[in-house]
Amino acid sequence: MGEFLSLHDAVARNLHPGDTVAFEGFTHLIPHAAAHEAIRQGIGDLTLIRMTPDIVYDQMIGMGLARRVVFSYAGNPGVGLLRRMRDAIENAYPRSIETVEHSHSAMAQAYEAGASGLPCAIFRGYKGAELPKVNPDIKSVICPFTGEELAAIPAHRPDVTFIHAQRATQKGDVLIEGIIGVQKEAALAAKRVVVTVEEVVPSFAGLHPNLCILPHWTIDAIAVVPGGAHPSYAHGYYARDNAAYLEWDKISSDRDTFAAWMEENVLSAGPEAFATRVESLR
Amino acid sequence: MTDFTPTEMMTIAAARALGNDDVCFVGIGAPSAACNVARLTHAPDITLIYESGTIGTAPDVLPLSIGDGELCETALCTVAVPEMFRYWLMGGRISIGFLGAAQLDRFGNINTTVIGDYAHPKVRLPGGGGAPEIATSCGEIFITLKQAQRSMVDKIDFFTSFGHGDGGDHRQRLGITTKGPTLLITDLAIWRPHPQTKEFTVTSLHRGVTRQMVQDNCGWPVRYADDLDETPAPTDLELGTLRDLHARTDAAHRGARHA
Repeated sequence: MGEFLSLHDAVARNLHPGDTVAFEGFTHLIPHAAAHEAIRQGIGDLTLIRMTPDIVYDQMIGMGLARRVVFSYAGNPGVGLLRRMRDAIENAYPRSIETVEHSHSAMAQAYEAGASGLPCAIFRGYKGAELPKVNPDIKSVICPFTGEELAAIPAHRPDVTFIHAQRATQKGDVLIEGIIGVQKEAALAAKRVVVTVEEVVPSFAGLHPNLCILPHWTIDAIAVVPGGAHPSYAHGYYARDNAAYLEWDKISSDRDTFAAWMEENVLSAGPEAFATRVESLR
Repeated sequence: MTDFTPTEMMTIAAARALGNDDVCFVGIGAPSAACNVARLTHAPDITLIYESGTIGTAPDVLPLSIGDGELCETALCTVAVPEMFRYWLMGGRISIGFLGAAQLDRFGNINTTVIGDYAHPKVRLPGGGGAPEIATSCGEIFITLKQAQRSMVDKIDFFTSFGHGDGGDHRQRLGITTKGPTLLITDLAIWRPHPQTKEFTVTSLHRGVTRQMVQDNCGWPVRYADDLDETPAPTDLELGTLRDLHARTDAAHRGARHA
């Protein structure tokens, strides 16, 4: 029920080895601090769900925490490839990973189906595309009214979803603004929800009535981590660190450079480091 | 007339294909530059949509990713990603989808998934993102890419998104009701599908480009329209707009804060 915890405890209590987990945020509000905490705690054998694995999963995969990755775009957005994820797929380094690949439309609708309590998402998709041949989770159904063949994929039902948001009230209600992505759907599809936030405010009274809000009773744990989305961004708080995304291409291109970077910036660091990282981006 | 690069010609030729009334689903890279040059020159009211859910964006700098804050701050509105794909894309509200490609074949089929075998790829590329449904749900598809033997190939390694399949009426046979690829703009030429076969045919060569150059950078035997044109060179306004946009973008992405 929106319990405020340290990031360490929020992760330790809610993420377990072997879990199916989504760290969501569509380019915006990516929960990097929470992912780093999972890496520090070495919680592995995970099935990672995310539309764009992005740097956040490149790091988790590179540290060997992933067994299976469910995704729709394995790129470093605007930069190029995800080199740790590629190394895992192409060379099984540091371990082999199973990939379950979808389109963005399919992934978004699988979260929506999960949030709706439905067993599958049904949509017009994948026509002529080859993914259905390599992903047995992509099937089809016939519309009982028109006879149209439609794509069907299983709903996403993560054991736990992590998101980062701008604000929580003291009661634990959470507000997301800007590019809201699939976070609401990913949270409501999950059995447990952990949210990191930029700050806590007394209440949301007086704000616009149509904001994207997750009530405190939909959330299990909240940790206050200013800067916790870096190098992605928090609309109204700090900008995307595009330079860091460009740099990641070099860091991730070499196994040893990657390992040294993770040691210095993740394993030997704590959540408080994030506030410093976004200072120049505010 | 200022001199221009082939890539600049490609982007400007692509921009010219977009109209003021178009609703355009924009991919990152060359499509994004072209769409914004169109908006900043002859099509000020064009609606640009990025798959992050931003509708009617007017960015001052090109986004590095499809979800940069700039897109949301300058958008008419921002919707959730499931809504973007359901109501706006699948609902048939988007007139043009603008895609790039790692590999493209003569029928406009696109691969951005793998080079080599899917299970044991030689190169694992990012994958489709929104493209599989953009390719079939938008009214029509424009494609832009730099020509090379390795990008314009006889057979693509993986069908990430469907163009005209084997050509002819293949789309209709799969029950796809949209037009699919209607325009290909490269750094050397403008191509359009043949009305019956749907094979991409060169309709216009950019200034200074020869047929030999087009063939040397294409993996299938190139066909030409009977009335082959020369693409008009970029105007000072077009070139200035594109270069200013890139200069602002480079400054912003290197970490300099812009107002």
